[in-house]
Amino acid sequence: MNILVGIFVLNLQPIEKKSKMKILVCISKSPDTTSKIAFTDNNTKFDENGVQYIVNPYDEWYALVRALELKETIGGNVTIVTVGNAADEAIIRKALAIGADEAVRIDADPTDAYYTAMQIADYAKSNGFDLVLTGKETINYNGSQVGGMIAEAMDLPFVSLATKLDAAGTTLTLEREIVGGVQVVEVQTPAVISCAKGMAEQRIPNMRGIMAARTKPLQVIAPVAVETLTTYTTYTMPNAKSACKLIDPSNMDELVELLHNEAKVI
Amino acid sequence: MSTLVYINSNNGLNKAALEVVTYSKNLGGNVTVIATGSSNQELLATLGQYGASKVIFEASVTADDAQQLTELIATVAQAENAATIVFSHDVVAKAIAPRLSVKLKAGLVSGAIEAPNADGSIKVNVFSGKAFGSVKVTSDKKIISLLPNSIQPSISGSNCSVEAFNGTLTTSKIKVISTKKPEGAIPLPEAELVVSAGRGLKGPENWGMVEDLAAALGAATACSRPVADIGWRPHHEHVGQTGVAIRPNLYIAAGISGAIQHLAGVNGSKVIVVINTDAEAPFFKAADYGIIGDAFEVLPKLTAAVKKFKAENH
Ligand SMILES: Cc1cc2nc3c(=O)[nH]c(=O)nc-3n(C[C@H](O)[C@H](O)[C@H](O)COP(=O)(O)OP(=O)(O)OC[C@H]3O[C@@H](n4cnc5c(N)ncnc54)[C@H](O)[C@@H]3O)c2cc1C
Ligand SMILES: Nc1ncnc2c1ncn2[C@@H]1O[C@H](COP(=O)(O)O)[C@@H](O)[C@H]1O
Repeated sequence: MNILVGIFVLNLQPIEKKSKMKILVCISKSPDTTSKIAFTDNNTKFDENGVQYIVNPYDEWYALVRALELKETIGGNVTIVTVGNAADEAIIRKALAIGADEAVRIDADPTDAYYTAMQIADYAKSNGFDLVLTGKETINYNGSQVGGMIAEAMDLPFVSLATKLDAAGTTLTLEREIVGGVQVVEVQTPAVISCAKGMAEQRIPNMRGIMAARTKPLQVIAPVAVETLTTYTTYTMPNAKSACKLIDPSNMDELVELLHNEAKVI
Repeated sequence: MSTLVYINSNNGLNKAALEVVTYSKNLGGNVTVIATGSSNQELLATLGQYGASKVIFEASVTADDAQQLTELIATVAQAENAATIVFSHDVVAKAIAPRLSVKLKAGLVSGAIEAPNADGSIKVNVFSGKAFGSVKVTSDKKIISLLPNSIQPSISGSNCSVEAFNGTLTTSKIKVISTKKPEGAIPLPEAELVVSAGRGLKGPENWGMVEDLAAALGAATACSRPVADIGWRPHHEHVGQTGVAIRPNLYIAAGISGAIQHLAGVNGSKVIVVINTDAEAPFFKAADYGIIGDAFEVLPKLTAAVKKFKAENH
């Protein structure tokens, strides 16, 4: 019986939907948004003590969930890729629990954006994806760099800060932020897209997803030799604010006077 | 040493354009500007006053296709032998600067907030504004993307020469279907004054008070995340760690509790005014001026006081 079912499935393969999409979603980790930010080693390293890592919200809520929605409507496959160490497998499993099919971890420290992007581009080039999705930015370094760098390294079109993404055949229709407005654009696959708020709604993984994630394939590959172009030398914390000056709610003339003469901002 | 500055002059010369030219002038060396959007040579020549020695314009290229614009800037950078390329850290720069970084193998510093230090490192916001980092570029060429409102434009010279780009361009692979731009609104990231409100305002019908104060000040409006999530305000007004990061001179927050994720996007503001009924609201710890009171009473009073001040001083 089992064998018969197997053959039946195999026979169905050739009539799959044409527009099936192979999607790569770039996932990074970031400290939980409530984490206390501190530095060690003479202010040269982020203090990871007690820090809980999460999937970078843009990568999870928007890029990954939209990739899954596309797969559910037109068929296809969603692979996630992370440049990171073994410890990052916890966030990789979380992304698998939300619904990605398989994961790749490029076994290296994501030292700078260039290094990270070159690793991902190298993997993506040799695996033929229709769509590469990144988050708008990581919320720790806020560089908004990796997506555009992957696109250039792969010589592909790049649509940044997309807030909507639809696919029909090889045509992608996107809405994106532009300076002070929004724009609807079309581009052909393959393409690289960075995903911002609006693209999808957050999905909470269910028990079945969490169980399934444990056995989904997670491939670890070695990095390629690439140099870095930037380094962080030191970190500093903002100066503590001096005590807040309280103003009587009925005396707004005083506030305006202080904003003008003391703070000199109006 | 020579610096190339990219500006988009679609809507004339905004403050951000003057900031990046001033910033580049302060780096020392020769400053060339590559401008797309406008062919208004008289206008472009005024960039000389801020430190440009030459402006090259290409009016047929828009900012729509990052690949095409990257080609253009790379071509000019090579012709001008530019060691440093400077952008204003807006949505265009977020698409172009990373591509250019790979194309020219030039290290990219995103969201710079200061001129380079003596050792060449540049200060940027990290952890969504909860801390600063100093980034050093180790490649020969570098790209700096300057956060709007980080420095003041300053006049140091006179008009400069303007010439058209002379070269071939690749075709755009991005087809624009439609463009929507809000009329007259001040783009939030560039705004010097911002009036913002949160869930304490109870409903979208109460935003008139916020808009009145913003109009009296000439400020942009912003909001907390839940307010955008429930649809009281448009998404592009949402500030914070997962929204827009801003650094205005003045940030007025009414009915916002001051959660850490909200503060992350606004604590680069020079002066913060908080209006909240709850004296224990965490936002007061980050405020310069605090008003413990009902936004429904305080906002109209503040608007009236601002109007009175403006009438007396102008
Ligand atoms: C991963 C993650 C990312 C997030 N990113 C962001 C982000 O980018 N930006 C953001 O804003 N939030 C963000 N949040 C949400 C954040 O944690 C808070 O929930 C949110 O900022 C609260 O919004 P609020 O202050 O408007 O509402 P509330 O917390 O409900 O506060 C309302 C405030 O209004 C006051 N108030 C009530 N009535 C009045 C009145 N009549 N007059 C004056 N004051 C009054 C109350 O005392 C209270 O302090 C994020 C959360 C997470 C988990
Ligand atoms: N180490 C990483 N591994 C995989 N993807 C990453 C990594 N770092 C960044 N990215 C992706 O690139 C996007 C932009 O990151 P950044 O340029 O650091 O702001 C993120 O939202 C991720 O989608």
